[in-house]
Parts: sequence; C-alpha cells; structure tokens
Amino acid sequence: MIRRGAEAPRRRWRQARAHRGFLAGLSLVSLFALASALAPLLAPYDPRWVPTGDQAATLLAPGSQHALGTDVLGRDLLSRVLYAGRVTLSIGIGVELVAAAIGCLVGLVAGYFGGWLDGVLMRATDTVMAFPSLVLAIGLIAVFEEPGLEKVFLVLIALGWTTIARVVRAEVLSQKNREYVQAARAVGVPDSIVILRHLLPNCLGPLLVAATIGVGSNMVAEAGLSFLGLGAQPPTISWGAMLAEGQTFLTAAPWVAIFPGLALLLTVLGVNLLGDGLRDLLDPRFRKW
Amino acid sequence: MLSEWGSAIGRRLLALAPVLLGITLLVFVLNAVALGDPARAALGQRADPEVVRQIREQYALDRPLPVQYVMWMRRLARGDLGHSYHQQRPVTEIIADRLPPTVHLALAATLVSIVLGMSAGALAAARPGTALDHALVGAAVLGISTPVFWLGMMLSLVFAVSLGWLPVSGYGDGDLGHLVLPALTLGALHTGTVARMTRSSLLEVVRLDYVQAARAKGLGEWAVLGKHALRNALIPVVTVIGIGLADLLVGAPLTETVFAWPGLGRMLVAAVGQRDLPVVMGAVLIFAVVYVLGNLLVDLAYLVIDPRTRAGAAE
Repeated sequence: MIRRGAEAPRRRWRQARAHRGFLAGLSLVSLFALASALAPLLAPYDPRWVPTGDQAATLLAPGSQHALGTDVLGRDLLSRVLYAGRVTLSIGIGVELVAAAIGCLVGLVAGYFGGWLDGVLMRATDTVMAFPSLVLAIGLIAVFEEPGLEKVFLVLIALGWTTIARVVRAEVLSQKNREYVQAARAVGVPDSIVILRHLLPNCLGPLLVAATIGVGSNMVAEAGLSFLGLGAQPPTISWGAMLAEGQTFLTAAPWVAIFPGLALLLTVLGVNLLGDGLRDLLDPRFRKW
Repeated sequence: MLSEWGSAIGRRLLALAPVLLGITLLVFVLNAVALGDPARAALGQRADPEVVRQIREQYALDRPLPVQYVMWMRRLARGDLGHSYHQQRPVTEIIADRLPPTVHLALAATLVSIVLGMSAGALAAARPGTALDHALVGAAVLGISTPVFWLGMMLSLVFAVSLGWLPVSGYGDGDLGHLVLPALTLGALHTGTVARMTRSSLLEVVRLDYVQAARAKGLGEWAVLGKHALRNALIPVVTVIGIGLADLLVGAPLTETVFAWPGLGRMLVAAVGQRDLPVVMGAVLIFAVVYVLGNLLVDLAYLVIDPRTRAGAAE
C-alpha cells in the first residue's frame, strides 16, 4: 500500500496538517520540549535556591513575584516545573531510544529467523509482559540498594523493549513472505542486508507509533516511581517527586501539587495525541479515531 | 460440544504453563540478585554466624541456583512465600491481610470504568460527529493521559478538602464513603479506554446488515443499539476489560499511596522502602499471577460470548 516517489511525503504532510489531534499533540509536545530545553533562559529563579532571612517565602500562593507560587522551602515553582520537565522528557525519550533499538533488534531477528530463536525471544517477551509494568518496575528497583534516576532509566528500558519487539516481529512476519523479500533472498542477498534494507524500512511506521506511545508511558512511569519515592532523589527535580511534596501540603498549598501535575498531564496528553495521530496517518487500518 | 469446550479450555491452560514458569523464574532470579547472600541480607550484618548457617541450610542456599529454584518452587506450591524478618511474620499472612482492601478497590474501580465508560461510549456513538461526541472523545483522551496519582490528589482536593463531602484518605471500616474517591481515581484511567472502545465498536457494528435490518423493522434507535448492537460490541469490550486489569494493577500502588489505602500496592511500596525483600518479591509474584489468571478469565469469557473462538486451533 505504500506508494513511493516524491509525492508521498508531500501528501503525508498535507494529511498531517489536516489532522487536528496530531497538530494539537505536536504543539503540546513542542511547547513543553522547548520550555524544558530553554529552562535556564526562561526560569525566573534558580530552581534550587532557598531564600532565607527576610527573603524567606515558604508556600506563597501564585502571584506577581512567583507566577506559580513557592514550595515549602520557598523555592520558585515555575522554575522548578521548567527544570523538572528536562528530567521527565529526557527519561521518556532517552529510555525509548534504547528500548526501541533493543526491541527492534529482537523483533527483526525473531520474526525473520523464526524457529527456536523466535521461541526463546518471544517467551522472554511474554514473561516481561506477564507482569503489570509498574509492579515489575518496583520489583526491579528493589534489587538496587538505593533508588535513583539512573536506575529508573535502566528499569524502564528493561520493560520497554517488549512492546516494540512484538510490533516489529508482527510486521516482519507479514512482510517476509512477500515477493520482494523472496526475490532478494533468491538472488543471494545476505540475511543481514534483507533485514536492514528491506524489512526494517517497512517496519518503521508501526515502530514510530509504538515508540511515541512508549515515550508517554515512560514519562508516566518515571513520574509514578518518583512520586512513590523510588525514582528521582533530591536534588534532582522531577514532576513526580514534586507531586510527592505537593501531596504533603495539599490542604495548605494546593498549587504545589497542581502545577507539576498539569505539566505532566499536558505533556503526556500531547504525546498520546501525537501517537494516535501518527497511527491514523501511517497505518491505513486505523482510520476512525 | 463438550469436547469442543474442553479442548478450547485445555489449550489456554497449556499456554499458561510457560508464562507461569517464566514469571517464577524471573522473580527467583531478581530475588537471588537482590539478596546476594540472602541469609545475611535477611538477618543483618551482625547476625549470629550459627543462625546464618542454619538459614542457609534450611533454604539450601549453599546449593547451586537451579536446585534452589526447584526447592523454592516446591515451597511456593505449598503456599509458602517465605518469611519477613522485618515484620517477623510469614509473607503469605501479610499478603492475606492486605488483599481484601485491594480487591474491594479493584472491583469498585472496574464497576466505575465499565458503567461510566460504556455509557459515555454509547452516548457518543449514538450521535457521532456532534459536539457531544467530540466532547466525550476529548474527555476520554484526557482521562487516559491523566496520571492516576495526580487525579487522586485533585479529586481529594475538591471533594474532600474543599467541599468536605468525602474523607480525604484511609480505609475507614471499609465503608462506602472511603471507597468512592479511590475507586473513581483508579477507574478513571480505564474509563477513557472503555469509552473509546465502546464507541468505535458500536460504530462498527451499527453498519452491519442485521442492525440495518433491525432498524428497517422500525425499532427505535436506542432499542437497536441496546438489544442488537451492544451484544456484538461486547466482544472488544471484554478485551478492554482485560486490558483494564493491567491498568488496575499498575494503578493500585499509586492510588493506594495517595489515599493511604491499606492494600497490597501500598504494602509493596513500603516494603521496598524497608528493603523487606521477601515481601517485595511475594507481592510482585502475586500481582503477576493475578494478572495472568485475570487474562485467562478474559479468554474464557470470549469462549462464552463468541462461539467462533471455540472452534479451530488458532489463538
């Protein structure tokens, strides 16, 4: 169904511009990515600066001095929300890059070679997916002596590759008996070239969709683990860790919990809209939502 | 007929075996890696060497790992999940204490997501393309993207702190008031998925011939949807309830932490903090087994709803 030639990308882009969900997602993600990237320029205060003496400003409500208010130590929430975005977004994207690479490799190898190799790899995938993800993540974190962001990174990679592996394998299975693959193999093209030149490019659409959704779940998982105290530790600032503080002061200073959560919600919403949009645009089987 | 059922159920049970084996193997390996020397880890650095030796012998910790795995599996089969040195109680006992609150919460949350999700989905499907439809679809996407623990805090902020209608947190005596906010929170994530699935599935079904026929007979739109379309739309909805199980189990540790709910999830989180590894691994194992068995139930539900799944060897 994929038509090649110069027309295809241009048509895709035209469709993309007409897809409201995709556009909304793209705008939200770009907005928060930019805001996080430019945090050092945009943040009005040092996110870790604790004002003391007559400057002390604990749990100030949002106002002219502090647009989003301050936390219990008097630190500026806007600055903290901006800097925390860097942590959550880099985890979301960084984890997915590694996980997608691993999952892609596993899926290609399992789907292409089949046999016992496929059996072993898919049983491994099934096993990881047989656990509710956050619960296995908590169990994996427990293996380490101390929690920390770098452990969250490793743990989320250990969980994330499985979805990608399944998606890529399914795609390879549907492609590998097509004529173009058979022809390539018949004329003696080596397996590695068949995989990389012929099968991989045809997996990219579903791969991109799955990886985008994956970025969203990574961010939610990081926030959840940090909220539970099993992720980012001070002085690292993450939306999840800020929310844990926010819960403590929910009655006295609700803004401490409201703003990091809104930032997380809007970013995840953006990523999900982007993923849904990509699926509509790249996969003709899904055209409804 | 009966043998058809038998073989269909048998096939699914058979497929379960490697998954259960994989789960136990993974938890066992995690446990082994986490503990290093389990006896010393369990008893602490200043433990009496004689006691350490006894524990080692009792749990065969000086034997090769495969032997240890087999012995561990034997204990599992007897329902022995080990002993929490932190709490001085068997892990099974601790889990049994914490299970009922989690089950209450999970059932209530499922009810919330099915009732709210299916009504929203049906409402949207009845008037596709209208403002109501768009609003409901938007709300569904929003619900899916909202982090559970943040939603829990916001609900608590509005309904407990500001309005004072419901308790902020805690289990109470298991009364309904304490259950409402946690159930709404835990159910919300999944409500969006159920709504989306119900809507698209209904829209798919209403285009089919027999629904058109029902309409041609002069049945009202709601009768068509309710009596004819909904039953067939149920098949994907069962899938979604199956997926919902994952949402429930993932959301449990977070929701229970927000609302100080004395369930398994909060126990798991607390145990990680206390480095009470037998409890951590026991809980992880229980969560996984519940998840796998839940999915089995969903598969079996298919057999009942959709006769096509009973025949044929394919999955």
